[in-house]
Amino acid sequence: MKLHEYQAKEIFARYGLPVQRGAVVEAAEQVAGLDLRYPVVVKAQVLVGGRGKAGGIKLASTPTEAEAKVRAILGMEIQGERVSRVLVAEAAEIDAEYYLAFVTDRSARGVTAVASAAGGVEIETVAHTTPEKIVRGAVDPFLGFQPFQARSLGRRLGFAGPHLAEFERICTTLYRLYWDEDADLAEINPLALAGGHLLCVDAKLVLDDNALYRHQNLPASEEMTPLEREARSHGLAYVELDGDIAVIGNGAGLVMSTLDLLAHFGGRAANFLDVGGGASAEAMQTALEIAQRKSGIRAIFINIFGGITRCDDVARGIVENPPRVPASIRLTGTNEEEGQRILRQAGIVAGLDADEAARAAVELARRPPRRGDG
Amino acid sequence: MAVLVGRQTRLLVQGITGYQGAFHTQLMLDAGTRVVAGVTPGKGGERVHGVPVFDTVEEAVRGTGANASVVFVPARFARDAALEAIASRLDPVVVITEGMPVHDAIEVVAYARRQGVRVVGPNGPGVTTPGQCRVGIMPTHLFRPGPVGIVSRSGTLTYEIVAGLTRAGLGQSTAIGLGGDPVVGTSFVDALELFGADPDTRAIVLIGEIGGSAEEEAARYIAERVRKPVAAYIAGRTAPRGKRMGHAGAVISGTEGTAEHKVAALEAAGVAVAPIVSGVPALVAARL
Repeated sequence: MKLHEYQAKEIFARYGLPVQRGAVVEAAEQVAGLDLRYPVVVKAQVLVGGRGKAGGIKLASTPTEAEAKVRAILGMEIQGERVSRVLVAEAAEIDAEYYLAFVTDRSARGVTAVASAAGGVEIETVAHTTPEKIVRGAVDPFLGFQPFQARSLGRRLGFAGPHLAEFERICTTLYRLYWDEDADLAEINPLALAGGHLLCVDAKLVLDDNALYRHQNLPASEEMTPLEREARSHGLAYVELDGDIAVIGNGAGLVMSTLDLLAHFGGRAANFLDVGGGASAEAMQTALEIAQRKSGIRAIFINIFGGITRCDDVARGIVENPPRVPASIRLTGTNEEEGQRILRQAGIVAGLDADEAARAAVELARRPPRRGDG
Repeated sequence: MAVLVGRQTRLLVQGITGYQGAFHTQLMLDAGTRVVAGVTPGKGGERVHGVPVFDTVEEAVRGTGANASVVFVPARFARDAALEAIASRLDPVVVITEGMPVHDAIEVVAYARRQGVRVVGPNGPGVTTPGQCRVGIMPTHLFRPGPVGIVSRSGTLTYEIVAGLTRAGLGQSTAIGLGGDPVVGTSFVDALELFGADPDTRAIVLIGEIGGSAEEEAARYIAERVRKPVAAYIAGRTAPRGKRMGHAGAVISGTEGTAEHKVAALEAAGVAVAPIVSGVPALVAARL
């Protein structure tokens, strides 16, 4: 789960990491009431990257100016995401920008500290253009990130004297935050040298969805659409896409391959929906309900390979809540004969071959909705 | 022979008294697996499908000579269960549990390295050596013994491809389900190394998906080390960026983890990549 900058900074502040004073507003009128030292920086709170380039970050030297900037940014759309909140923070006079992060490293199957003296730009860009400016340190999960490792990183970034001590404290604190909050990523970019001290000018936190149960008072995730959230509450993995063929399948890999299969035959999936392994008839009913809720669905493709999932359970779910749009169903695997029989009795046709069924689904979606055409 | 599990495996089931644990214990027994013990704290002395249940792994190992473990316990307790098995040096420790926190997985994998044992998973379907041993939840009836080693990040997709291979008369040596999480104990490279050294495996099928760079690392390893034919399928060619596609690990972040990049890396390493699932068996048949 991605957090907004202001949410991440609240957590940073709780750990004693240095962040600028600031407040979040949802309307321009709220700016007048803020007790802040000017100039301020006005920052769009969105989960997508690239807000600076899109004009979502502005400086303001008076409350009147800040109000105007907030008004301009609120309601902006940045890469498809509407801005509904703006962070107004005391501006800092920045002398140098660094990068610091702790990240779950899939290849190393562990945690890696990543730091750079080329902060303030996306780390991917640095990695492409000047990879030698990135320094890394592996973390032993049983020892945690030790102060000597922080000093070693700090020296490689060129810190000395009191700045090295400050960097050490920020580094070890950020690691503690990364680990204790179950983060996948805890990033400061830029970590700025401002007024002789280090300051977390931006903060990015991505938390592990699997570990949310161990944390209280977390903000609600804003990454999902309402339909995605509803599906999640039923234990279904659902992702909205922009095609016109609704898709239901069992198993994440199988459903991904089903979307690809539709594309292979010239169709476009309206969604990803995984009913999961061992799906019950009830789960299938709910899946059918959710998959057909989106507007503009012209056909539905149900692709079930019964492994742990039983075809008879799936068939019962389909019969209880039959598709309202033209359907192509592929049902094979465990208890296939019983599943096929249940569908047949209800007058529903299902095949055994995924490729044929995908081709049929694409045809159904292309067919004009009115009878007698073509 | 085959790899990881076989006739020599004396399996311990952690969480054997739970719904999934008990259900799959029966199916593992039916598949010929020597399930010698189960562990559920507080249920020591009970039996599940005739298998004796112990309170601790230590007692189970002492009492039965178990040498491998499969973990079916809920996500909140999976870390503790896996660490317990690793402490007793069971090998492999196969974690089926879905939803384990990533930091827990990091600790489990680090401890396994220290103890010198292999973890498979979490969030995978397990490991099956057809005709000998099933550790986990892969449906037994789809498999036939044969020369094709399978390694996959996905469960159902593995079943689909195994069924296709079996229909085409291509049996399997061992199928390894790596798991769909970002941090897992066994990687493609580990599995390729095992299959490369296994005389019973004459061809390898790699089933990957979007997210991370494990397929690219596999491609590098294949180019340098693997002398057996490899066919592959990569799921998620049409997946959007930034969205988690069911598996916690199946997400394209920035420019990393796209299917195109993985396919290109594998093809450059001489791997035959099937554009659709049903294309895999023919690619294997042509290379055996």
